[in-house]
Amino acid sequence: MKRIKALAGKHKMNWFDYLNCLIMLAVIVAVIYPLYYCLIVSVSDGMAVTRGEVTWKPIGIDFSAYKAVFKNAQILRSYGNTIFYTVLGTLINLVMTALCAFPLSRRKLRGRHFLNLMCLLTMFVSGGMIPLYLQVKALHLLDTIWAIVLPGAISTYNMIILRTFFSNIPEELFDAAQIDGAGQFQTFLRIVIPLSKTIIATLVLFYAVGHWNGYMSSLLYLSDSSKMPLQMTIRKMVIQGDIASMTTGNMSGGVSETLITENKLKYAVVMVSVLPAVVIYPFLQKYFVNSVMVGSIKE
Amino acid sequence: MNLAIAKKSKQNRNKICCGSKLPVWVKRDWQLYLMLALPIAYYIIMKYIPMYGTLIAFKDYSARLGVWGSKWIGLTNFKKILSEPYFYKLLRNTLLINFYCLLFAFPASILFALLLNEMRFKRFRKVAQTVSYLPHFISTVVVCGMITNFLRTNGGLVNDLIALFGGERISFLTKPEYFRGIYVISEIWQHLGWDAIIYIAALTSISPELYEVASIEGANRLQKAIYVTFPCIASTITIMLILRIGHLVSLGYEKIILLYSGTTYETADVISTYVYRRGLLTADFSYGTAIELFQTVISLILVLCANWVGHKISDTSLW
Repeated sequence: MKRIKALAGKHKMNWFDYLNCLIMLAVIVAVIYPLYYCLIVSVSDGMAVTRGEVTWKPIGIDFSAYKAVFKNAQILRSYGNTIFYTVLGTLINLVMTALCAFPLSRRKLRGRHFLNLMCLLTMFVSGGMIPLYLQVKALHLLDTIWAIVLPGAISTYNMIILRTFFSNIPEELFDAAQIDGAGQFQTFLRIVIPLSKTIIATLVLFYAVGHWNGYMSSLLYLSDSSKMPLQMTIRKMVIQGDIASMTTGNMSGGVSETLITENKLKYAVVMVSVLPAVVIYPFLQKYFVNSVMVGSIKE
Repeated sequence: MNLAIAKKSKQNRNKICCGSKLPVWVKRDWQLYLMLALPIAYYIIMKYIPMYGTLIAFKDYSARLGVWGSKWIGLTNFKKILSEPYFYKLLRNTLLINFYCLLFAFPASILFALLLNEMRFKRFRKVAQTVSYLPHFISTVVVCGMITNFLRTNGGLVNDLIALFGGERISFLTKPEYFRGIYVISEIWQHLGWDAIIYIAALTSISPELYEVASIEGANRLQKAIYVTFPCIASTITIMLILRIGHLVSLGYEKIILLYSGTTYETADVISTYVYRRGLLTADFSYGTAIELFQTVISLILVLCANWVGHKISDTSLW
């Protein structure tokens, strides 16, 4: 490894290296700028935004949009709903995924191949949108929180990641546990889970992001507006532009003024939704990159 | 003979040490089976019963009679689908949108991984990599919200730029000809970095000795990239390609539902979105399921073909 570094160090920068840096810079700007733009518009003076002056730095700092967002009952309620769905959903995901992955990772388990196949098959064949809808309806889950958290309780892909990790735990540990008189369940709780903290952290991230960002199951299964998660509110306000209810309630300006605040409000709503994930993910990066690799290893 | 005796003595031993009639694997693993109860129930209730529910594609579904009780109508729904011109439009849109993604977005992430790999500055490389994952953590709804607002004719960032350079403001999202472009570009923005992870992983597992040998043989960087790097990640690329082809007809409708509108159905309406509108919104359950079954069958055929070709050409396959 050291030799390689020494070799690389000897090379001079050529045109390709400069081009490469330029491309990477372009990628970084292309990723960051749209988000940065949302941020600066949401905190800039409304008039400056309308005149198109806000391009690369905020003009006339003004947090009124955020005040309006945090005063809005609908946003607050859906934010609360999303937090609730994310916590409960992720918890169910984790318990179910671990309960499925651990037994399937034990090589001696009878019927393991059949059960594995049964899980794997669902990755390629599925009943589809309508039969699942009818099933959720038949279980009387429509318009309840369970319709959001139960149909996706196990992501088979994540289950395989976890199973692969479990099956790489040295067999000696299990033997030792058995000799000490631990049952399978105790072994699972006391030995396997503590060893798998990093991979579990990754799965928490994957599942939680999925719940936080998901809107499809609420679109399909929920009709009660008081149960809607944040993404549905964003969809209504930012994409369908139904934000007038918010501005008329708080502002008493003319039509043009309402339009200006509407614009800012949309971006403020976007920022409020995006921030948690954006702040958290760089710290977890180390773990999830490894996990994606683990998942890519075929058994 | 010896084997039989050994077996028998083992059985005896089991009987003696356990002192009950339960087979040893039940005795040993009953806790594991107990743990599996909930997940298996989940798979049956949420995956396999809906699979059985696709039977309604061949039936005239009525909620009162249920899946089994509804009247069989055979292939009537499928005949109706095939005789409907709109279905071919849906099929074309579905295949084209995904084909463009395959053509542009799929190689883009490979190229990105290769460029990252060639990056000399470690710190800069790390930053670029971390930043590129960011869009993966942003919801489709927010991405589509940004798209619709950036593309607005009044006050949208893109149109402001066009106007700045003296161009005509374009109402992008109501013009069918722009839809696929917008879709593919946003797809690249969302997934470039994340999809590259797997290739980056494959690249880091290449033995440095291979490069050393290549250097000694006098290979330059381009030659090393072509003759060392690329062959080493070819099997990963093949696997990802097969998986991607398997999803060729089923991906992306969540984003399309958010972006399309009546005026862009011409190029934007795909099978899944149509299933959602026709099957769920107008409660035409049997017909919707029939179209979706069509889609499942197509994607199964595609993944099997891709797997077979992959196996023939490069000896890489999913199973």
